[in-house]
Amino acid sequence: MTQQGVRWTTDQVLALAPDAASREAGRGLGVAGPWSGAGGSGDGAVWGLCESSGGERYRTVVDVADASGPAYRCGCPSRKVPCKHALGLLLLWAGGEGAVPRGQPPDWAERWIAARRGRAEPERPAEAPGAASPPADPQAARRRAERRAERITAGATELEQRLADLLRGGLAGVQQAGYGLWEETAARMVDAQAPGLAARVREAAAIPSSGSGWPARLLEECALLHLLGRGWLHREELPGGLAVTVRSRIGLPAAPDGPPLRDDWLVLAQYDTADSRLTTRRVWLYGARSQRTVLLLSYGAAGRAPDLALPPGLALEAEVSAYPGPGQWRAALGERFAPPAPTSIRPPGLTTARAAARYGDALRDDPWLDAVPVTLDRVVPAPDGDSWQVADADAETALPLTAAARARPGLWRLVAVSGGAPVKVFGELGHQGFTPLTVWPAGEGAAVPLC
Amino acid sequence: MTRTSSPADAPVPGGWEELVTAALLGTERRTPPGCAPGPGAPAALLDAAAVETVRRRAGVRPAPAADRLEPAPADPRPPLPAPAARRLAMLLANRPAASGRGAAPDLMELLPQWLAAAEARGFAAPAQALPALLDAARGRTDLRPAVLRFAGPRALWLARLNPDWRFALRAAGGTGALGRPGDPEQTRALWQEGLFAERVALLSSLRSRDPAAGRDLLASTWATERAEDRLMFLDSLRTGLGPEDEPFLEQALTDRSRNVRTTAAELLSALPGSALASRMAARAAACVAVDRTRDTPAIVVEAPHECDANMERDGVLPTPPTGRGARSWWFGQLVEAAPLDIWSARLGGRTPGEIVTLPVADDWHDDLHAAWCRAAVRQRDAEWARALLGAPTAPEAGGPGAVSLAERAKLLGTLSAGERAEWVAGFIATHGLSEAFQLLGVCAVPWAAPLGRAVVDALNIARDAGSYPWSFSGVMGLAERCLDPAEANRLDALLAMPEEPEDASPGAGGYWAESFQRLVTTLRLRAAMTEELR
Repeated sequence: MTQQGVRWTTDQVLALAPDAASREAGRGLGVAGPWSGAGGSGDGAVWGLCESSGGERYRTVVDVADASGPAYRCGCPSRKVPCKHALGLLLLWAGGEGAVPRGQPPDWAERWIAARRGRAEPERPAEAPGAASPPADPQAARRRAERRAERITAGATELEQRLADLLRGGLAGVQQAGYGLWEETAARMVDAQAPGLAARVREAAAIPSSGSGWPARLLEECALLHLLGRGWLHREELPGGLAVTVRSRIGLPAAPDGPPLRDDWLVLAQYDTADSRLTTRRVWLYGARSQRTVLLLSYGAAGRAPDLALPPGLALEAEVSAYPGPGQWRAALGERFAPPAPTSIRPPGLTTARAAARYGDALRDDPWLDAVPVTLDRVVPAPDGDSWQVADADAETALPLTAAARARPGLWRLVAVSGGAPVKVFGELGHQGFTPLTVWPAGEGAAVPLC
Repeated sequence: MTRTSSPADAPVPGGWEELVTAALLGTERRTPPGCAPGPGAPAALLDAAAVETVRRRAGVRPAPAADRLEPAPADPRPPLPAPAARRLAMLLANRPAASGRGAAPDLMELLPQWLAAAEARGFAAPAQALPALLDAARGRTDLRPAVLRFAGPRALWLARLNPDWRFALRAAGGTGALGRPGDPEQTRALWQEGLFAERVALLSSLRSRDPAAGRDLLASTWATERAEDRLMFLDSLRTGLGPEDEPFLEQALTDRSRNVRTTAAELLSALPGSALASRMAARAAACVAVDRTRDTPAIVVEAPHECDANMERDGVLPTPPTGRGARSWWFGQLVEAAPLDIWSARLGGRTPGEIVTLPVADDWHDDLHAAWCRAAVRQRDAEWARALLGAPTAPEAGGPGAVSLAERAKLLGTLSAGERAEWVAGFIATHGLSEAFQLLGVCAVPWAAPLGRAVVDALNIARDAGSYPWSFSGVMGLAERCLDPAEANRLDALLAMPEEPEDASPGAGGYWAESFQRLVTTLRLRAAMTEELR
């Protein structure tokens, strides 16, 4: 598995973009016109000079050879990483030999590539991300943890009080009370150092304006908040696994502590969600040997792409370590032994009935879980009134698609790839329905990302 | 906290609804089911709701399946090679968005060429590209026919599911609903019941396969069609027009609608053996003669003095447009509709080349030559077209003359691709690029070698003359799309920054180098595109 000869697809390159604006701008530059002296070394370095609309020429160089993900350097003043020039250059490169011929890097590119690769070598094996350096003083650390637990306890108690007040007066009042009520509560939870509670409160704030059926959805959310608050207050009485889940849902940091698991990891899906401050990237992996499905999370400040970029459909040999807790998919990526390369591995799949049962089972370990990753085998997408579903080819059962999935262009790729025939689909299944993320066509064919 | 994840508690029928009602109204007003009223009621309500929520979620079961879609019809064409599929994704991802001065060529501009090449090699479109292809065709009607042919049967299947792509069903109407060609039952049903667009598509497609069957189909309902529909249907007889169509067209000469009559007459005059053509020949010949009384022979013209009923019946329009003399108007129409092969006998056995060099008396030269041009285009007569075009190096070819550039472009259309390219190459070598745009537009892509060389040489000369490249941006853009990619290597010499002559426009050299750079990279891209489709 080497990078040599493996060109990325347009989708894979565009997945690196930090935001939609960069993606558009990068597309505009992914053509031969503004580039001069573009070339590639054949071992993963690509360079070129890009003329800006203002007449400057920026030196852009990208190194995709490193197993830890591409590195970029560009002379432009943009603070986004990768910038539109780096994206444009990669698109050009993804396009084929014609536009980016193989050659020797010019001096300015050569220096950077050499310096980077020279520096990168001794750093391996990479430190597991998120693993904090060991505390200098265990005593002090314990005292800090105790103080934090006390503050969370005070916060959870206050939350309980506020929920009780809310239900005493009735949820009908919250539409008038508006956002302020929730904002204040969320701020109190931040003060109490319980970010998990704060995030749930903020999500609840959006429910009263979410259309018909909102009172039931709000009651569900309040009940789950209550469950989490009570869970924290009674954490000593909980079974061990559930207590770990509660700590993690409250937002207490944990380090991945599972043993490193080395495997050929198939990239099932990669997608980003963003708010005004943070871009969260989710990458689902499936281990061909271990048959485990794990979730990698990577974050980027607004305007910066998360560091991790693993295009769906590729596979990489690497170690991952699980985070603590039963029913926890999250893992941290450890050492990588080779860069991602195309693969013919497909994950095994389930029927819709078994997939639904899997979500039900998973709630036992984590009642706050919105969705579980599942691969459905032999399902056919079909319209169902105004909505869409994926139905078993061999049974009369089906899973409805979530409203979000129905609104995405990926729905049409799914329908086109299926053409009414059974396909294999990976996605997330929860109480709101199924969100397809990747599809494998019947017969031969590479994975097609839907997100 | 109670056993939230255990389904052991017996569910209260309608319990969840009652919990929601109590939550909405507040526990002060409504005591939730199974709770004691009082200060503990809100917590008890939340406890019960938590149990119910998790129970409901854990109990999620698949829904009954809706009606299955009928599977998409199979596409027997071989799949696109992987690099070509990547290229297609690239071309489709590059929606025109940001482009300023000196900006990149619009990749969408290369899509038509890519589609033509993919179609010529008979590849099937990758299924995942179909939504983007349909979106592209939705935005650009000129792309629709090529996109829909390449996208194939699965795209039409897909378009039925998304109202945004309804255009695909309309555009493909005839062919889509046609089913197997040659099923007369189905053809007749569609002809009688189809929408107008479907019927036009059906007639055109039938006409291209079996002209007689198309004509018979049209004749079967001709009398009952509306006038504007008749006009449109009649127009589709252009495809596969032949002598066997004459009786039908003769009949259409008596149509109630003037536009139908005119179109029928035009079609008949494109059949040199038709009765109408010989009637027009007699009329036109009566107007034109060689005057032998002079020292040098010259053509004399005696234009008709009236437009009689028979002329009108044969499609001559009696009323001239404003500013045009009635006699010259009638005369032009007669000559235009007369078969060109009558003139040699009529004008002393001369060849077309000799005829067009004869002087014409009394200012009739331009009228006569313009009418001959229209006749040559209509009858696709290469010999006459060649004679009327004259030598590309002649001084009047570039300037104002009897034959305008637009007419020259049409005349070129009757010549073979090679001859066309050679003529335009000669024209450019003599007259430069400024007038050549229209003529380049009718040349076959990729440009033949002599034509490509002529364009590049002319661009080089324009650069040396010190003007800015954007004065030639139209030709430059055409060259990017039409120059043979094999020429790219010959352009390398032009990529260097030239020394700037004294009188050059400031900075022009740099802009030229950049323009040639873009030209070369686009040509390389096109070469790669073609290579990937092998």
